[in-house]
Amino acid sequence: MSWEVVIGLEVHAQLATRSKIFSGAATAYGAAPNTQACSVDLGLPGVLPVLNQEAVRMAAKFGLAIGASVSPRSVFARKNYFYPDLPKGYQISQYELPVVSEGTLLIELEDGTEKVIGVTRAHLEEDAGKSLHEDFQGYTGIDLNRAGTPLLEIVSEPDMRSAKEAIAYMKKLHSLVQYLEICDGNMQEGSFRCDANVSVRRVGAAEYGTRAEIKNLNSFRFVERAINFEVERQIELIESGGKVVQETRLYDAEKNETRSMRTKEEANDYRYFPDPDLLPLVVEADFLQQVKAELPELPDDKRQRFMTQYGLSKYDASVLTASRELADYFEEVVQSSECEAKLCANWVMGDLAALLNKNDLEITESPVTAAHLAKMIRRIADNTISGKIAKDVFEAMWAGEHDGDADGIIEAKGLKQVTDTGAIEKLVDEVIAANPGQVEAYRGGKDKLFGFFVGQVMKVSKGKANPAQVNDLLKKKLDA
Amino acid sequence: MSLQREDVEKIAHLARIELSEADIPRYTDNLSSIFEFIEQLNSVDTKGIVPMAHPLDAVARLRPDMVSETDQRVHFQQNAPLVEAGLYLVPKVIE
Repeated sequence: MSWEVVIGLEVHAQLATRSKIFSGAATAYGAAPNTQACSVDLGLPGVLPVLNQEAVRMAAKFGLAIGASVSPRSVFARKNYFYPDLPKGYQISQYELPVVSEGTLLIELEDGTEKVIGVTRAHLEEDAGKSLHEDFQGYTGIDLNRAGTPLLEIVSEPDMRSAKEAIAYMKKLHSLVQYLEICDGNMQEGSFRCDANVSVRRVGAAEYGTRAEIKNLNSFRFVERAINFEVERQIELIESGGKVVQETRLYDAEKNETRSMRTKEEANDYRYFPDPDLLPLVVEADFLQQVKAELPELPDDKRQRFMTQYGLSKYDASVLTASRELADYFEEVVQSSECEAKLCANWVMGDLAALLNKNDLEITESPVTAAHLAKMIRRIADNTISGKIAKDVFEAMWAGEHDGDADGIIEAKGLKQVTDTGAIEKLVDEVIAANPGQVEAYRGGKDKLFGFFVGQVMKVSKGKANPAQVNDLLKKKLDA
Repeated sequence: MSLQREDVEKIAHLARIELSEADIPRYTDNLSSIFEFIEQLNSVDTKGIVPMAHPLDAVARLRPDMVSETDQRVHFQQNAPLVEAGLYLVPKVIE
């Protein structure tokens, strides 16, 4: 009997505000320990939290972008638990009345099909500090710089049916929060992290199985591996007569396994109650209207526009709009080269993407600027260089030769394509004269040898002869 | 509704409050009477009334997103029993 996998994700996106959610301390990453933890973040007696307007604006932006309702009135609650990196003994979060509820996100699967994933809610909360367990004999070091950093916790419906779908959802969210400029998306620094709720049930079963929650997954690869491991564990457990218990599990990347964190019965007894220090948050209609007006073009809309405006395939449009920066780069190449969009897309998605990947660089770090790439593509379009030679020119641009200027490189290396019929004809004659045996065999019916002649002419021209002209001339002379 | 001894022990543990054996019956009685009071409130018909999240009839005032705090680590860490390399040290916590 086969199994169905059911996955829901809780994503924590760190909001890109300058100051904390309830205090005026800075949120910059990497500062010396505890230099950005003020009296509010430390939970000293007598302090009061005051909500950051920008955090509210960002949450509203997200809500609008996923077609959710942004609650006109929401409430902050205390989530009570004890841990040294949580100085107050409670985390300020939202419980019964979150700021954002009921949105959707469209994901695209590998086979090109699309699926709508429900977003149950998104709420504002504060992050905890960091515990360092390794460096101090018998002690744990606490850095509270991160305490009070604004988070948007985005909770999905249990709508995903495989690790692949979960990844597609997470990547889509990751792209969206960066489009909206509400989160820098830096997973290494923990700005975007995820907990996965995973359960299995027999195909056709009406009820969900018991779920396990896998904590703190901070890379797409780990999410996929952890889910796959957990699914197998649960299936094996049930098939051998066992029962899945509802618990929190931790993914160990080194061993590629999940293991139980704590099963203490009070682990989830957070005793939420409305925080008396904070008044209800009211989002006015005109504030929302203003946020709406500031929304950028969203990924799905951009993709659609790329298909209609540039005539790109759905696949190309998806790849190019995966990040706002990449989409901007592509559009700059098209506009400044004034060349066919498909040719530009091929270069951005092909040679450029390959070198960026190989060197582990983001599009924003590309040594070849959009303007320089555009200039080179124009030289392909106007037949100054062939597509093949362009690859050499591109590599030289990448290496920074002639300040990345294609014309300078073409000139200095003598890479200009030969389109002079007389010159090419001379080369063709040379090749025919030098290979009498092959000429005879070709004329005797070995058609496949045609490619050999093309190769020889290109070789003696050092790749610079215009391939179409070479073909024409060879055909004329050999078939004569 | 009246609380049982185990309820009080559990609440005390969650709140990290140590209760002596002698105190437990007294707390059980006191807390139970709070529950009785809540039950009285529960008997009032509140249909159609929006739940109140705060006793003041006011809404949150928001703060502009500006960094207004300076580094006062030296000052704050004078209160801490143990610090090293800028970190607060606490007895080892292991997950």
